[in-house]
Amino acid sequence: MVAMGAFALTTLTQCFTRKKDEGKRLYEQHCQSCHMEDGSGLKGLIPPLAQADYLQTHRDELPCIIRHGMDGSVVVNGVEYNKEMPGVENLREDHITNLLNYIQTNFDNNNERYTMQEVEKLLEECPPHR
Amino acid sequence: MSKRNSISLKNGLAAAALAVAATGFYGCDNSTSQNTLPIYGEREPVERTVNGETVVDTIYHQIPDFAFVDQDSQRVTQETVAGKIYVTDFFFTTCPTICPKMKTQMLRVYEAYKDNPNVMLLSHSIDPAHDTVAVLRDYADRLEIETEKWHLLTGDKDSIYDIAMKYLVPAQEDEAVEGGFTHGGHFILVDGERYIRGIYDGTKEESVDKLIQDIPLLLNEKKDEKK
Repeated sequence: MVAMGAFALTTLTQCFTRKKDEGKRLYEQHCQSCHMEDGSGLKGLIPPLAQADYLQTHRDELPCIIRHGMDGSVVVNGVEYNKEMPGVENLREDHITNLLNYIQTNFDNNNERYTMQEVEKLLEECPPHR
Repeated sequence: MSKRNSISLKNGLAAAALAVAATGFYGCDNSTSQNTLPIYGEREPVERTVNGETVVDTIYHQIPDFAFVDQDSQRVTQETVAGKIYVTDFFFTTCPTICPKMKTQMLRVYEAYKDNPNVMLLSHSIDPAHDTVAVLRDYADRLEIETEKWHLLTGDKDSIYDIAMKYLVPAQEDEAVEGGFTHGGHFILVDGERYIRGIYDGTKEESVDKLIQDIPLLLNEKKDEKK
């Protein structure tokens, strides 16, 4: 019985740990090759996420940008960028929440986190294409 | 963090193993092993007769003549790099996978040799239909690079894919992959005679560190020739 309890506890803890790392995992999978390991981006080609004003000034748009990508000119920390960013259509609301919270609280960012309800609501603006 | 450590450890071990192997290999050679870089690619022996005696020469794999156009609409050919050391790679401006990382690393090489006129960089686009001179111009402006030092090349698609093969870099169109092309993230180091002298992983900082360290070996070789 004790063993079973310990097992259940371990499994649960692992589950939470995995969940906690999900944002990082998703970042590595979908964002890192362009925005870089440290969120620095690439000169005038790919905007940084590290200490980017855009994360705060366009906070409400970020969930939809992750889902559908973005196109056209954008100014981040005073520098103009213009390169298409592909979206990741198949991410669920909870994925997007974890990913955004990872970005908002890493790379020296210390921005407000999202709740899942908030992200769900913001995503209503941009339903999946499929 | 732990993942990163294990990777660098693995690389470290591989490098150590390679160093040991290299020492063993060059052990019977009189030349100073640490100061020369190998010549890559296939080689063939060619016999010729000198004063009635048969002499065997080795023909090394050499990059053929080429002609492309850079971000300033200038023609870039073998003449442009004649007698210079250059580093080359293959990319495309809309590449969503390895290219940004490659360009970050190439910028390091650029910064390291910015003031050395004997070192040049050539980056070939494998999507020349999209990557026109104007697109490359914009890309170069955003990277803040000097054309004279770092030429971004476009041109006839078949010629670009052919020369990729000569540089021993895999490149092909593939609609099934993200971005529409697959290509190797290699940085190729070429000497003044257009022989390949080094092959590096342009997506890995450690490998590019090695490239930056290897370039002076070729520069010294050049100096020795002049003596």
